[in-house]
Amino acid sequence: MSAIIDKIEAEQMRMDHPEFRPGDNVKVYIRIIEGNKERVQIFQGVVIKRKRGTMNASYTVRKISHGVGVEKTFALHNPRIEKIEVVSRGRVRRSRLFYLRSRRGKAARIRERSIR
Amino acid sequence: MPKTMGILGKKVGMTRVYSELGVAIPVTVIEAGPCKILQVKSEKTDGYNAIQVGFAPKKEKRITKPMQGHFQKSGGEGYYHVREFRVEDPEKYEAGQTVALQDLFNVGDIVDVRGKSKGRGFQGVIKRHGFGGGGAGHGSGFHRAPGSIGCSAYPGRVMKGKKMAGRMGNDTILKKNLIVIDVRAEDNVILVKGPVPGANNGLIQIFTK
Repeated sequence: MSAIIDKIEAEQMRMDHPEFRPGDNVKVYIRIIEGNKERVQIFQGVVIKRKRGTMNASYTVRKISHGVGVEKTFALHNPRIEKIEVVSRGRVRRSRLFYLRSRRGKAARIRERSIR
Repeated sequence: MPKTMGILGKKVGMTRVYSELGVAIPVTVIEAGPCKILQVKSEKTDGYNAIQVGFAPKKEKRITKPMQGHFQKSGGEGYYHVREFRVEDPEKYEAGQTVALQDLFNVGDIVDVRGKSKGRGFQGVIKRHGFGGGGAGHGSGFHRAPGSIGCSAYPGRVMKGKKMAGRMGNDTILKKNLIVIDVRAEDNVILVKGPVPGANNGLIQIFTK
């Protein structure tokens, strides 16, 4: 890529997020603007996908809300995300955890990963 | 041809930029100017009013003798790209002056952008003109062919302008009403919303409105 684009992107990239992987349980703090009020909404769930890239990097978080599976995809460098908090780290054997969609309850558990 | 001043630039590529509200905007990055005015054409001497500008400096030994003579009149340095912009008031400009991005464009401006689209080579009617084509299976036998191209004995010929297969792309395209998202004067870079015709490193003309 060109040096100019790298520079433009570097200005906007967010390096303040913690390292997280697919299988990790995260809390995403989303700043929501309603009229002229701003509040923070928390979306907590399992990271089932991380898309690599520079400005177009993203990640998908899945949770079960009132018995319904909900997935949200966020752009990694979106300035509206206040912070990402890693709740627990999971040990998984693949990078895309789409198999979780067809499982629920006990079958959708993910083993804890110990941090070296 | 748009009758406005403009600037020459090079398409760098695309990326995305976040607005203050946190909305991602797709942008094309264009490295443009500063362009030197090589010649001022006026109604009296040339029959029309225009500003001739140069972009991308060229080594002297690579410039042909006739062009060297032309560049000499505005100070010496030669350029790869020489283009004209039609203007209403050529008296405002002078040969040898430079035009920079910040002189012409501000954030939020509406601009027209011209470039040469990517060449696609010889293409069939489906890609070139958006024909529907036929069914793929069930013994259809009619897949990507153009179909009938006209009538029979009367008129006994194919109508002019009939859409058929042929060379596609490599056309000059003027894309109108793009929004300027950012002007970075220190890098001579302008960001416009959305895509712009042509490949990366292609010559781009940006017109004011």
